[in-house]
Amino acid sequence: MSHDVLVVDAKDNVATALRPLEEGELLQVHIGGRALDVTVLQPIPFGHKIALTDLEKGQPVVKYGEVIGLATQRIGKGEHTHVHNVEGQTGRGDRT
Amino acid sequence: MFLGYRRNSGRVGVRNHVLVFPTVICAAGVAEMISREVPGTVYLGHQHGCGHLGEERDHMIRTMVGSCSNPNVAGVLLVGLGCEMLSADLLGEKLREAGQSVETIATQAMQGTGDAIAKGTELAQKLLEEAKDARRERVDASELMVAAKCGASDTLSGLTANPATGVACDILIKAGGSAIFTETPEMLGAEHVLARRAADEEVRRRIWEITSRTDSKIKALGLDVREAEPGPGNIEAGLTTLAEKSLGAIRKGGTTPIVEVVEYAQRPSTKGLVIMDGPAHDVVSVTGMVAAGAQIVVFTTGIGTPVGSPIAPVIKISSNSSLYERWKGNIDVNAGAVLDGEETLQSMGRQLVEEIMEVASGKLTRAEVLGYREFAIHTIAPTV
Repeated sequence: MSHDVLVVDAKDNVATALRPLEEGELLQVHIGGRALDVTVLQPIPFGHKIALTDLEKGQPVVKYGEVIGLATQRIGKGEHTHVHNVEGQTGRGDRT
Repeated sequence: MFLGYRRNSGRVGVRNHVLVFPTVICAAGVAEMISREVPGTVYLGHQHGCGHLGEERDHMIRTMVGSCSNPNVAGVLLVGLGCEMLSADLLGEKLREAGQSVETIATQAMQGTGDAIAKGTELAQKLLEEAKDARRERVDASELMVAAKCGASDTLSGLTANPATGVACDILIKAGGSAIFTETPEMLGAEHVLARRAADEEVRRRIWEITSRTDSKIKALGLDVREAEPGPGNIEAGLTTLAEKSLGAIRKGGTTPIVEVVEYAQRPSTKGLVIMDGPAHDVVSVTGMVAAGAQIVVFTTGIGTPVGSPIAPVIKISSNSSLYERWKGNIDVNAGAVLDGEETLQSMGRQLVEEIMEVASGKLTRAEVLGYREFAIHTIAPTV
């Protein structure tokens, strides 16, 4: 499992950085038995997530093969995917 | 196989503690002074025992009796005040029914603090002497119930330490033992995954019941669980949403069918993988699972937390090697080795089972060596 990033499930559209990723790096990501090239568009801290595909606003962000939230804006492939551009849909106390 | 203490109740302990337990906070000071007079005893303080409304009275009794009758406990000195709701007589009777060795004192019936300490010290010494007769014997791994917990989590917790703990739970359950996990708020967003793993319709119904109950209780108060889940440290470490945290958290239970859903501090009636309804609060959830009968806690962390338990050894697992390097003194097993390519999740899980058996046989965990003994009971009604 010694890689730059980790993808849990073949359905995932984000990967977890296993070291700090620098802008401009070209990564080869292993996902479901195939290799995907991803250019890192911005610095991504250790443990944070990087988008593996372009995501439109409102599109599900998938990790563990499950939806973890929706994109609140367009997220480009290779961008940092976190609280600034993803919103959870679970336990929404603001919608009761 | 491990070396454990077979109790009169038939259950097996991995430690041989004598507790000095106040039945109400008003007796906590005296209880602590007694425990200090008798080295080797464990003082177990809490802030409850009186003023409980409705269901909370039975909930408190269940938790206190469960804690004091955990098979890791050889004997208990209950220290009451006298006028409280949960008196030493009341809890003492229930503990004797459970086959526990118990002595009681009520502070108000004594001639002041000096007398209470003298009498209490004498009784605690007697319990300690009795406990010395207990001998470890070879027992089957099926006698173990391991509690799985994650706290101060990072994104790696769900990728290394939690799934490795899950592998260990799978191995123990295959050997006939049990594993229990809780943190209902951290099942929100992953309920459907758990429900698919229910052993039968009733368990499936119960999984949806406890998760929707937790969700609606918070909303009914006009609150938003997202204020606390994920927490600020989780977010800094890369966890983005509650669903993401939940999906990573439930991996610590492994992959076997969920055979039962129990209430907070309720003892499971069957062996296998059990869910306990309870909060995600680290100490409150560990307290509940130990009161439910877990003899050992496996606690994963990515950011680092030192907490232990006064009753059960807590094995701390780091999710990444950077934490392990900084916190070697607090961490027992480093699941970060999976990321370094040194281990697989399977080999890490097997290593964890070996550690569990050694700890069950008497090896002290880092939290025990350092003296961490946190204890906190879940409250379910307003305090009056």
